[in-house]
Amino acid sequence: MKNNIISLQNIGVAFDGERILNDISLDIKDKEFVTLLGPSGCGKTTTLRIIGGFLTPDTGSVKFEGKEINNTPPHKRNINTVFQRYALFPHLNVYENIAFGLKVKKLPEKEIRSRVGKMLDLVNLKGFEKRSINRLSGGQQQRVAIARALVNEPKVLLLDEPLGALDLKLRKEMQTELKRIQQRLEITFIYVTHDQEEALTMSDTVVVMRDGNIQQIGSPVDIYNEPKNAFVADFIGESNILDGRMIKDFLVEMSGREFECVDKGFGCDKPVDVVIRPEDIKLIPPEDAKITGVVESVTFKGVHYEMVIEAYDYRWLVHSTKAAEVGSGVGLDFDPYDIHIMNKMEVEA
Amino acid sequence: MKKLSKAYMVLVLLFLYVPIFVLIVFSFNSTKSRSVFSEFTLDWYVKLFHNQLIMNSLRNTIIVAVIASVSATVLGTAAAIGINNMKKVSKGIVMNVTNLPIINPEIVMGVSLMLLFGMFTARMNLEFGFVTLIIAHITFDVPYVILSIMPKFRQMNPHIYEAAQDLGCGLVGAFFKVVLPEIMPGVVSGFLMSFTFSLDDFVVSYFTSGSTSQTLPITIYSMTRRKVSPEINALSTIIFLVVVTVLVVKNVIERRSIKKGVKA
Amino acid sequence: MKKLIAAPYLVWAAVFIVIPLIMVAYFAFFNDGHFTLDYVASVAQYSNIFVRSIWLAAIATVICLLIAYPIAFILMRMDRSYQSTMLMLVMLPMWMNFLLRTYAWMTLLGNNGIINNFLGFFGIGPFKMLNTQGAVVLGMVYNYLPFMILPLYTVMEKIDTSVLEAAQDLGCNSANTLMRVVLPLSMPGVMSGITMVFVPAISTFIISRMLGGGGNLLIGDLIEMQFLGNSYNPNLGASISLVLMVIILLIMTVMNQFDDGEDRVLM
Repeated sequence: MKNNIISLQNIGVAFDGERILNDISLDIKDKEFVTLLGPSGCGKTTTLRIIGGFLTPDTGSVKFEGKEINNTPPHKRNINTVFQRYALFPHLNVYENIAFGLKVKKLPEKEIRSRVGKMLDLVNLKGFEKRSINRLSGGQQQRVAIARALVNEPKVLLLDEPLGALDLKLRKEMQTELKRIQQRLEITFIYVTHDQEEALTMSDTVVVMRDGNIQQIGSPVDIYNEPKNAFVADFIGESNILDGRMIKDFLVEMSGREFECVDKGFGCDKPVDVVIRPEDIKLIPPEDAKITGVVESVTFKGVHYEMVIEAYDYRWLVHSTKAAEVGSGVGLDFDPYDIHIMNKMEVEA
Repeated sequence: MKKLSKAYMVLVLLFLYVPIFVLIVFSFNSTKSRSVFSEFTLDWYVKLFHNQLIMNSLRNTIIVAVIASVSATVLGTAAAIGINNMKKVSKGIVMNVTNLPIINPEIVMGVSLMLLFGMFTARMNLEFGFVTLIIAHITFDVPYVILSIMPKFRQMNPHIYEAAQDLGCGLVGAFFKVVLPEIMPGVVSGFLMSFTFSLDDFVVSYFTSGSTSQTLPITIYSMTRRKVSPEINALSTIIFLVVVTVLVVKNVIERRSIKKGVKA
Repeated sequence: MKKLIAAPYLVWAAVFIVIPLIMVAYFAFFNDGHFTLDYVASVAQYSNIFVRSIWLAAIATVICLLIAYPIAFILMRMDRSYQSTMLMLVMLPMWMNFLLRTYAWMTLLGNNGIINNFLGFFGIGPFKMLNTQGAVVLGMVYNYLPFMILPLYTVMEKIDTSVLEAAQDLGCNSANTLMRVVLPLSMPGVMSGITMVFVPAISTFIISRMLGGGGNLLIGDLIEMQFLGNSYNPNLGASISLVLMVIILLIMTVMNQFDDGEDRVLM
């Protein structure tokens, strides 16, 4: 069992009377890659700023290795940050940017040189030492920002949407590279993103947030396969979310039909959300199916076809390797364990 | 730290405002003393409004400022459009010349214009007066108009002029319908700058005005050279109040338009 | 075609900006159509006035920088909502006619002025404050301080707050952040602030006349006297103006050099 390196206890923050974080608690284990995932305004960046020390929470306590650090300023925390738009020092070159933290600590010049050298190696920027920041590509600036933070050998590295400004291909490359760096240095990464795919590929643990609350904490597989509520299900990958009614344990009603499922404990005759992933739906001849519909559109997505199927009370999203004809009638079928039952979300404010 | 910076701020503001407030307080003083306050009076204000010299120079100042700033705005707007369409080298040269009146010490500008005007007036038996004064004011106003319009061209999408023509506007029509509205904020701020600089100018006016065209700053200067008169204090108070009112109104308008912009 | 619309201004600029400056040079070097170096050479006899002007303007510029830098820094770190109000408060005195502002100091500093009266109340003084070099420097600082604050604030306000946070993140306390990040990034503002204070300070003739009395003449007074004063001599006046322009040009060049040098060291 690894130790908690950071633990947030009942953290609450409000700006101008508006609640940004609602009493959240979160433990982060040493050497873990944790992602805070959620739509903009969910409080993920605020959480990161609290850990970094740029924001003092109104309530609750922040602990680093068991000690409360609520009032420790950023420069006294053994935590470093990779900022959203890099925040490199425009008046310094690549080498000076990376060496900045070490120079502030007044380390001997020789040690600075060797540590910066190692970092340049790590982020593949050998030979760029003298380059001005303004003459670097987005990806290179990103690497400098990472090296500048890591050279201080922090126990925790905070990354605030670090890949947001990069194009898709570069983003994929950097994802693998960040993961490689994290595993090699064996330190904790806390990563903020709104990109669910990024979160799933890189993280050990994903924290899904919404409106200042934590919705679910779990491994990427858990979060994807066992989303706790319809919001998580919808945010992590695409989903069909239907209104349903739990008739009794293992039996749910939706679209006017009854289906077997594997969930229990919701009570009898209770309204629920029913979530079915598009890739879990099989197309069968309409005469064999409980739910039938007409194919409204077919889009080729590379690996699979994405189809929209108009049933009598819901438009289904279906992923399949085989395409059905637009306008043709099809039947939808799914296995009991692909039907996910969730409590209704609380009514939105 | 916060307290320290607050204290510092207060100290600097005191330094900036105490002299002005002293002027204001002594504008209500019944005696001519500049250090002992005797009795409250509004006499100096009454005297001020009956002072023909001050009233005349106030009128002159406004006439000069209006004519100069309007002419400078027209001249400068046209110039900015032309300069914007110039090639790099000629643009560079023209902009350097335009910067000259801004960089050059005011006194050098005043003196150089005085030499030029002196040459003409001597040959043609003319005198320094409104014409020379207004020419001088236009000359130091235009660069500010040009400099406040030029950045607007850089922010403007260069294709909108062509788009307007594409959609059926003539050359002139396209300019008035599309380009002018885009650069309008620059034109307005250039005009306001010109107007305030003209109102406030002393040095250049000092060298280029004649006896008939004394502006308020020149009159103030000659008043401070002669024996003390609390009428200056009264004048300062009025000017200060005008400045405060204008700035507050300007700020309120700006805040409102920002709020509207957010809502839209 | 569209270039033609600038033609009236080009003529205007040629006649009223370029030609007058050429005339200054002409008057400095020609007398009744004859070339002469006499006037330019005779400027040398006023070297003490030049030295005094440069010295007083330099002191005033440095004091302005020292007062303005913390103000700009405080403004930058201030809450957005207060920022514009505070900036307006700082800039407002600049909108008062500067003759009146200078006149205000005359009434404060005089032998029978408020400050001496106030000190006299405690049995101190009176001190001679008006008509001293100190009063001239004070007048320069008072009049031109906003010219220093504005460019500094403009540059500092553009510094990305996340860059400042990055500095803290990398171990800087406030003082370190100021020295290692804010100061180097605000150098362009410092440079333009110095220019905007130094040029009017070195060429003023009003501040020296109103607060310096007769004994503290500056270059500006010297020029003014040759054109409108008792010692009418436009050739000498033009020469002095020319030398003043050259001095300003030299100082600006040296400063730009220093600025570039700084950049090169950092790069």
